[in-house]
Amino acid sequence: MLDDFFIRAVIAGIGVALVAGPLGCFIVWRRLSYFGDTLAHAALLGVALALLFEINLTIAVFLVSSGVAVSLLFLQKKATLSSDALLGLLSHSALALGLVVLAFLTSVRLDLMGLLFGDVLSVSRDDIFVIYSGGAMVLTVLAFIWRPLFAATVNRELAEAEGVHPDRVNVVFMLLMAVVIAIAMKIVGVLLITALLIIPSATARRLSSGPEQMALFSALLGASAVAMGLNGSLRWDTPSGPSIVVACVGLFILSLISTTWIAKFKRATSKLRQDKKHG
Amino acid sequence: MRGIELEVGRSEIVTLIGPNGSGKSTTAKMALGIVKPDEGVASRDKALRVGYVPQKIAVDWTLPLTVRRMMTLTCKLSRQEIDAALESTGADQLIEKEVGHLSGGEFQRVMLARAIARRPDLLVLDEPAQGVDFSGELALYELISQIRDELGCGVLLISHDLHVVMAATDQVICLNGHVCCKGTPSNVAESAEYKKLFGVRGADSLAVYRHNHDHTHLPDGRVQQADGQITEHCHPEQVAVADAAKVPPRDSDVKSDQHA
Repeated sequence: MLDDFFIRAVIAGIGVALVAGPLGCFIVWRRLSYFGDTLAHAALLGVALALLFEINLTIAVFLVSSGVAVSLLFLQKKATLSSDALLGLLSHSALALGLVVLAFLTSVRLDLMGLLFGDVLSVSRDDIFVIYSGGAMVLTVLAFIWRPLFAATVNRELAEAEGVHPDRVNVVFMLLMAVVIAIAMKIVGVLLITALLIIPSATARRLSSGPEQMALFSALLGASAVAMGLNGSLRWDTPSGPSIVVACVGLFILSLISTTWIAKFKRATSKLRQDKKHG
Repeated sequence: MRGIELEVGRSEIVTLIGPNGSGKSTTAKMALGIVKPDEGVASRDKALRVGYVPQKIAVDWTLPLTVRRMMTLTCKLSRQEIDAALESTGADQLIEKEVGHLSGGEFQRVMLARAIARRPDLLVLDEPAQGVDFSGELALYELISQIRDELGCGVLLISHDLHVVMAATDQVICLNGHVCCKGTPSNVAESAEYKKLFGVRGADSLAVYRHNHDHTHLPDGRVQQADGQITEHCHPEQVAVADAAKVPPRDSDVKSDQHA
């Protein structure tokens, strides 16, 4: 079954979506969508360094992304700039550095399009192994820090007063993000990682009444978007990464319409019931 | 802020009062360890279980958060514990509501229920009565002293209101950048003016902390005494005594001697 490139792509994509969903919820709750972009841009620098020093690509991307994440935490404490200015600074310096380093690598033929938009159809069995073992690790750690991380997301001071260490869980969360960026890059590419993180979560928000439910829905919605997007890409010969994101957006619009309908339906039935009572 | 010295022992209710910007919340945050004092120490018992009701928190509307889930924000609780705590603050009807949709008073009741459901050793309440209607406010203060009796916890209560402090308050500390004065509130059950003002029922649970300011606070934080003398603190002789005799208090949850 794993011999077929398409099946491998679907399995790899679903694996990434299952991990991106719950983490994406925190990105939405903490209003960090620009943070996802920053890490993704840093990923490009990671790729350049991996090629320069001939080391494993995923590991290099993880190291550079977590380096950027940790420097963000450090700068937030020290510098007198707002978080979005700091993110812009880190994001674009990493991107520019990455492009400069790439320019030195004249001997290497680089598939820049694959880097930017993902190359899910070329995933190997090893890639699948990396995605599922890395993903399982991320989800395990996330489950472990879930309560304190969520408490610190609702209110930092309240959490800290009641014995949570917000700085500690924030560092762990940022490292998990770096892992996800590293494993998701191959699937949707640098430019669209943030989309895979936040669109399924935004869709799940409309459907769920609790944080755990939202994380679960977000993972499932992301996984179905991957399956739909890849099927669409096979049928209409469209680029795979962007097709997955288009499927995510499609599900979001569908949820928008259906929740409005459900609300209307509920209002109509309750009115009917009241009319019956009085009539 | 400087020269703050206070401690909250078990089963003791300490109330901080003072005008806006006098450092009440900052003092509470230092006691909780959220704000680190520039000078001095804030020490808590190890493994102290804290329940905190902050002055103002806004729950982001992007968070799908029901009251039920809010209750277990920082620790696990059984269904009975959640129900009992919400019932005691009169918020049991709200359990399935989204936190973002609550009114100010409802939210405050939920926050208090959340703090007491943890069965804390120390309860820190930063203006818990804000947004709560008046009859609810009296019930709230009654509840706080009831919780204290039940759990044996220390309570650090902040009120912006100079007149309405609980009869059960053991110690009142008046802050204005430093400790202006502290002492026990005198009971006002006999006071005819207060019976007239709050009604007989109200007078039973309310007390006034009588104090006369015999000094003026200057803009730079120094103090002009009644005799015209300018000093660093309102009661320079007390500060000197307190600094000289730093005897660690027994059986206390929180000690803080802070300069920020």
